Order: sequence, then C-alpha cells, then structure tokens
Amino acid sequence: MSRLYLARNPKVAARSIGGEMMIMSGHDSTLFTLNQTAAILWQSADGSTPLDEIVDRRICAEFDVDRSEALQDAESLARELAGHQILQLSEAPIPQPAGHYAAKPAGPTGGSR
Amino acid sequence: MNLLAEMTAKAQALNIPLSAQIDLTYRCNERCVHCYLDHDDHGEMTTDEIKHLLDEMADAGVFILTLSGGEIFLRKDFFEILEYARRLMFCVKLKTNGILIRERDAQRIKDLHVESIQISIYSHRPEVHDAITLVPGSLKRSIDAIRFLKSQGLKVIIANVLMTQNMADYAGVRALAAELGVDCTLDPTVTPMLDGNRSPLSLGVDVDALRHVFRDGALIGDVDEFCAVPPPAGENDLEATPCSAGHTACYVSPYGEVFPCVAFPFPTGNVRRQRFIDIWRHSDQMNEVRAIRVKDLTTCTACSHVSSCTRCPGLAYLEGNMRGPSTQDCEKSFARTGIPSANMLAKKRAGVNLVQIRALPTFASATA
Ligand code: SF4
Ligand code: SF4
Repeated sequence: MSRLYLARNPKVAARSIGGEMMIMSGHDSTLFTLNQTAAILWQSADGSTPLDEIVDRRICAEFDVDRSEALQDAESLARELAGHQILQLSEAPIPQPAGHYAAKPAGPTGGSR
Repeated sequence: MNLLAEMTAKAQALNIPLSAQIDLTYRCNERCVHCYLDHDDHGEMTTDEIKHLLDEMADAGVFILTLSGGEIFLRKDFFEILEYARRLMFCVKLKTNGILIRERDAQRIKDLHVESIQISIYSHRPEVHDAITLVPGSLKRSIDAIRFLKSQGLKVIIANVLMTQNMADYAGVRALAAELGVDCTLDPTVTPMLDGNRSPLSLGVDVDALRHVFRDGALIGDVDEFCAVPPPAGENDLEATPCSAGHTACYVSPYGEVFPCVAFPFPTGNVRRQRFIDIWRHSDQMNEVRAIRVKDLTTCTACSHVSSCTRCPGLAYLEGNMRGPSTQDCEKSFARTGIPSANMLAKKRAGVNLVQIRALPTFASATA
C-alpha cells in the first residue's frame, strides 16, 4: 500500500490565535480555522512523516479511536485541506525549505504562535 | 459574524495584536502634495533589526502584516525582508506607489504569495495625478506596475485620496480600476503631518464636496441608508472600543517607534530598546489607549452621531485630545446627514470656527 505524505502549502498564511490555528488560503484568500484533527495534521505536516504514522502517534495514541476508521477520516480530511490548498499531498516525501516558521514547535504557553 | 471578525474579537479578548503595519522607510520617490511624512532618513531600522522585529511579531500573534512607507521598494533589502516575513507565515499586504515595480519584481511578489498590493492613484489623468505626486510620468509607471502585478494573478487595490485637486476625477479612477480589473478605495480624509502640522488639511475637500460624494449611489450604494439620521446610541455603543488601534492593531515606524496606528502617533515604546510584546502588553500609553471606551469620550458622548460616526482617535489626538472629537469626522457626519455634531454646536456656541483651515457653511443654510 502506498503511503501519503503531507506538507504545509507555502502559499498560505497561518497563525495560532489563542490555541486556534488560523489559515488563509494562498489560492483565494479564504480564511479557515482548523478543528482539532486538522490542526494535528497541520502541525505534523513536515513533508517526511507519512499520514499513517501521524495517525498512530498523534491521534490513536491520544484519543480512543479505531485505527482504520481514524486513518480513513484523516485521509479524507487531508484531501479536503489539500483541496483548499492548505496542505500538499504526495506519495513520496516532500522536501521542505529550511527555516520555515510553521516547523517550529508551539511556544511554552501554547499561546500565540 | 464572519471568520475574520470572530478571530478579531478573540484576539481582542486575548490581547493579541492580530495586525500590524511596519513602515520600512519614510524615504520616497514621489513628493505627494498631501503627504504627512518627513522623507529624510533619520536612522532606519537595519535588515537585522527588522527581521528580529518580525520574529517578535510572529511570536506575539501578528497575522496580517502590512509593509508600507515611504516607498518600500527604495529599500535595497526589501525582498529579503519580504521573503523573511513570508517564511514566518504572515499574511502580507504591501502599500506602494508602484513606480519601481517592473515585470520581474511582480514575478517575485507572486512567488512570495503576497496577499494584496495597494497602489496609490489620484487621477486617471496624468496632468492631475502627476501634479499631486510631483513626478512627471508617475501615473503611467504606476499603471504599468498594476498591469505587471495583475498579469501575475495578484490582487491589486487602487487607493485614491480625495482632495480639491482631484475631486472631479474619482469616477475616472474607478473606471480605470474597472478597466484594469482591480478594486478601488476612496479616502476622503487628508491627514495632518505626524508632527501635528495641519497644513496638508488645506488640500482636503469641503463639506459641499463631501455631501456630493456621499450621495453618489455608484460609490456609496444605498444613499438613503448611508445618509440616514443616526440611531440613538445604545449601551453597547457606549461600551464599545473606538477602533482597532491598540486593541488588535498597531504600527511601527522605520525608527522602531511603536504607535497604536499609523494615523495615531502617540508614542508607546521603541522596539530598539524594548521587546515588541512588552510594549504591546505593558506600555502605560498602550494601556491608556486600550482603556478608552466610547462612553469616556468628551463631547462625542453627547453627540447624536456617536453610534455611527467614523471618528478617528488618531485624528482627535492630532487635534490635541485622544478622547475628544475629530473635526474631520464631524465634517463627514454632517455632510452625510445634515445634522451638526455636538462638537460643531459647542464651537458655534463658543464662537469658534470649527475648522482651523476653512470655515464650514452656516448650519442654517446647511440644514435647510
Ligand atoms: S480610526 Fe484612526 S486610529 Fe483607529 S484604526 Fe482607523 S485610522 Fe487608525
Ligand atoms: S460627529 Fe464629531 S462630535 Fe459627533 S461623535 Fe463624531 S467626532 Fe464626536
């Protein structure tokens, strides 16, 4: 089975406002806020961690969910986010530019990053 | 409530500066007759200082970043700054006169995914526009820039300022914008210089001209609604904050000074000496601005316009009292509705001309 890799689309603007991730699509300037699962996908979208690993580490480990259902839901959410040009998806790892801000971990307060 | 309004309300509740403007330079290659800036360089922030400020702003939660001036493309490091800002994932908006933008610059702006570019156009006629910028050929070059940017699929907004010199041309600018496929804004307010010098105000249009503009359906939409008698102020109106300045927005000058807004030059700190977030959260001056509610305003609370007025606290500050009325907004409220403001009535009682530059028509004839 092929694996799916996710990366943040470099066209977007993004900021976490009080723990809620706010994203502006680079395609048509539409604003989005991400729900909890979408935010996990966004944070984990480093171009090199495949989706199934993200689901195992960040979703199944933290929430009481069935793995195959979680994987299916995460994949359809990732495709939806890709449809809005928020994420890039590929069956191969996606190289990331150095020093991209979104790759930084959240600050100690979890606040305004 | 749309999502941006929701996030703005959240940012205000959490004391987060959701949007900020940095003027990268006050130097300019135009000499617009109404400009409020001193164009000499008194020690602009270096590239590293600006990058450090951008880091601090991203950490503080700034999402919408406007880069303006002066003319931003006069900074040799402009693209380095822009690239850095986009790496920090700001939603970047640019304000420029555009005359240095060539095709390859438009391509670079596109590659860096800038949200929008605002370009100042004062008339569709070169003889009028160039007489305002004092640069021959500037209209053509600004229009060329708009075409380059548009051909890259970028969002461009024409910004026009209404003055006596170009009063007859705002419809022509709108037609030009339509032809170019871009949006167009019209600002009827000429601002005093940042040092309080009010001489640029003599270039602003008078109340009769404002009245004409405010009744132009093509511009305003529903004229009856726009010019309606203002509703009485409710409790919510009085508890409201005057505007976003100091609440979710702020401004940083090329010298690192932080103000609540570009139009509100009340010094609150300097990022060369303090952390941006410390100024934002803890400066006495920023907190003073933040504490003001509409119910605290002198004169305005007794004014029938208070619920619908566009009163700018920055203009009020430049008149001497950030809690006072802004005469230019009194003029606008009056031109819209025909109802004199509390400020106008008080000045009339005191026998003072409302406008320092130009007298208003008498209320009797204006309200007849
Ligand atoms: S009303 Fe004046 S001070 Fe407030 S945001 Fe607008 S321009 Fe700035
Ligand atoms: S019209 Fe003038 S006095 Fe009335 S609220 Fe506006 S600024 Fe204040």
